[in-house]
Amino acid sequence: MRVFRLIYKNMLRHKLRTMLTIIGIAIAVVAFGLLRTVVTAWYAGVEGSSANRLIARHSVSFIFPLPLAYRDRIANVDGVERVTYANWFGGVYIDKNQFFARLAVDAETFFDVYPELLVPKDQLDAFKKDRSGCIIGQQLVDRFNLKLGDIMPIEGDIYPGKWNFTVRGIYKPRDKTTDPSNMLMQWQYLDEKVRIDFPTRAGNVGWYIVEIKDPGKSAAISAQVDEYFKNSPAETKTETERAFQQDFMATVSAIITAMNVMSFVIIGIIMLVLGNTMIMAARERIREYSVLKTLGFSSFHLIGLIGGESLAIAVLGGAVGIALSYPMVAGFEAALPKGWFPIFNLETITLVLASSSALLVGILASIFPIQRALNTTIVDGLRQIG
Amino acid sequence: MSLVSVQKISKSYWRDSLEIPVLNNISFDVPEGEFVGLMGPSGSGKTTLLNLIAGIDRPTQGAIMVSDTDVTRLNESQLAKWRARNVGFVFQFYNLLPVLTAFENVELPLLLSKLSKKERREHVEFALKIVGLEDRMKHYPKQLSGGQEQRVAIARAIVTDPTILIADEPTGDLDKSSALEILNLLERLNSEFKKTIIMVTHDPRAAEKAHSIRHLDKGELT
Repeated sequence: MRVFRLIYKNMLRHKLRTMLTIIGIAIAVVAFGLLRTVVTAWYAGVEGSSANRLIARHSVSFIFPLPLAYRDRIANVDGVERVTYANWFGGVYIDKNQFFARLAVDAETFFDVYPELLVPKDQLDAFKKDRSGCIIGQQLVDRFNLKLGDIMPIEGDIYPGKWNFTVRGIYKPRDKTTDPSNMLMQWQYLDEKVRIDFPTRAGNVGWYIVEIKDPGKSAAISAQVDEYFKNSPAETKTETERAFQQDFMATVSAIITAMNVMSFVIIGIIMLVLGNTMIMAARERIREYSVLKTLGFSSFHLIGLIGGESLAIAVLGGAVGIALSYPMVAGFEAALPKGWFPIFNLETITLVLASSSALLVGILASIFPIQRALNTTIVDGLRQIG
Repeated sequence: MSLVSVQKISKSYWRDSLEIPVLNNISFDVPEGEFVGLMGPSGSGKTTLLNLIAGIDRPTQGAIMVSDTDVTRLNESQLAKWRARNVGFVFQFYNLLPVLTAFENVELPLLLSKLSKKERREHVEFALKIVGLEDRMKHYPKQLSGGQEQRVAIARAIVTDPTILIADEPTGDLDKSSALEILNLLERLNSEFKKTIIMVTHDPRAAEKAHSIRHLDKGELT
């Protein structure tokens, strides 16, 4: 018989209590994993942003356009490598529940600035040659069962009318944090139609994406770009892509903060659940611990027994929780409107956080029972009736 | 030659700021191989004296020599090791671990030794054979009678071949025939295996088995 066997047997002493505690921990770990996954999904755009890209947008809001004429002036700023631009196109594909980003981009430069969007060269060439062509992410291909040459009809809202785009290319995301669900069409095609239907809106872009040589000079370059257009009818606000994404996130920051706080409150709840179980167990066994001390077992042994049991329950609960997290996250994603979160994965860091939290909880929950067992004298312990 | 020498032992407990004297300047010797009975009314300090000799409590004053060791001078860690090597305990309420079988309960003290698994098994089987429970090795305490539980507890007490056996009212929770069995077993351990036994008891029949009786009253030997 080993001490491990005693830990195992102690765990099974109150099977229902141990089982409920393990289930409690597992549920908490699932909830933690789910909340962290949602938070991570919100931040996917921020994580996917590049350090050598700046975004120049209208100083008031990115919904206000900027003149196309700014492109060359921005390109002439010292330290700027390349400039491209994009417009939020919007519109409805099939129905309003089918959400994904639809952007009008400069076909010639956009994919040079975004090397993480991997498009086969022949498809990119086909896209450039077809004004009404589009390139879509692999996720849209899978979701809508699309293929090259298919027509994607879009009902315009920002740019009213019926728009038909031919799928000329399919991009694959290079990184896990790259959005695989964008639809990218030619800005030139949009501008041509706008010139006819809404002439006052022609020649405008939504924002510029500025690739810089040295990310360390992003602040200086941003300031210089903004300085160029100071006191103009369309002043710019230039910032790093990460800051731009974070600005975007600020609109939902309260919700994300609440979810972040909740995820850690859950850790506290697990600790209370396990702590309660361990305190009850230690109180019932205080006489047995005294018997063990009488037989010559040291404080180290008692720490091993109590801490080992607490850790074992926490690890079991954590493992069950992590195993359940995968189907739960998949189910949650399936229940959400399609495309709500383009990137919705149970991240490794979430698993590491969940398992290390379970371990930490196992250790912390055993501190009080250990302290009690060690501080109770043998004589007092032997008098105790559990 | 005395194995245990209790020298001018006093012990007080504190309740809030009130000092409650339990033992007052007690001295006596227990020769090796002796079977000593400690008797006295409730609250006379018998169990406290037993606990002091066993090294599970500390005196307020005085020294207790067991073999050549002054147990009052050992720190907690040294005391734990000393108890593991030198003292076998038999409690009134057996104090077996309910989740362990008879075999595993008896094996517990041996887990602190360097014996191999095979050696431990041999020792445990021998101890259980002495107490007549070799056929109950796989039984859990709840599957045993009170007398059998106490015999397992005695096997656990003797499995390490300790210097002294400490028994605190070992028959206090048993019926008459079970009590007699336990007393006969203790007597046999003393006569056949030369174990030095110090036993606290209220039971005059138990006291009859002892070679000598010490009476305590109000913390003093009478």
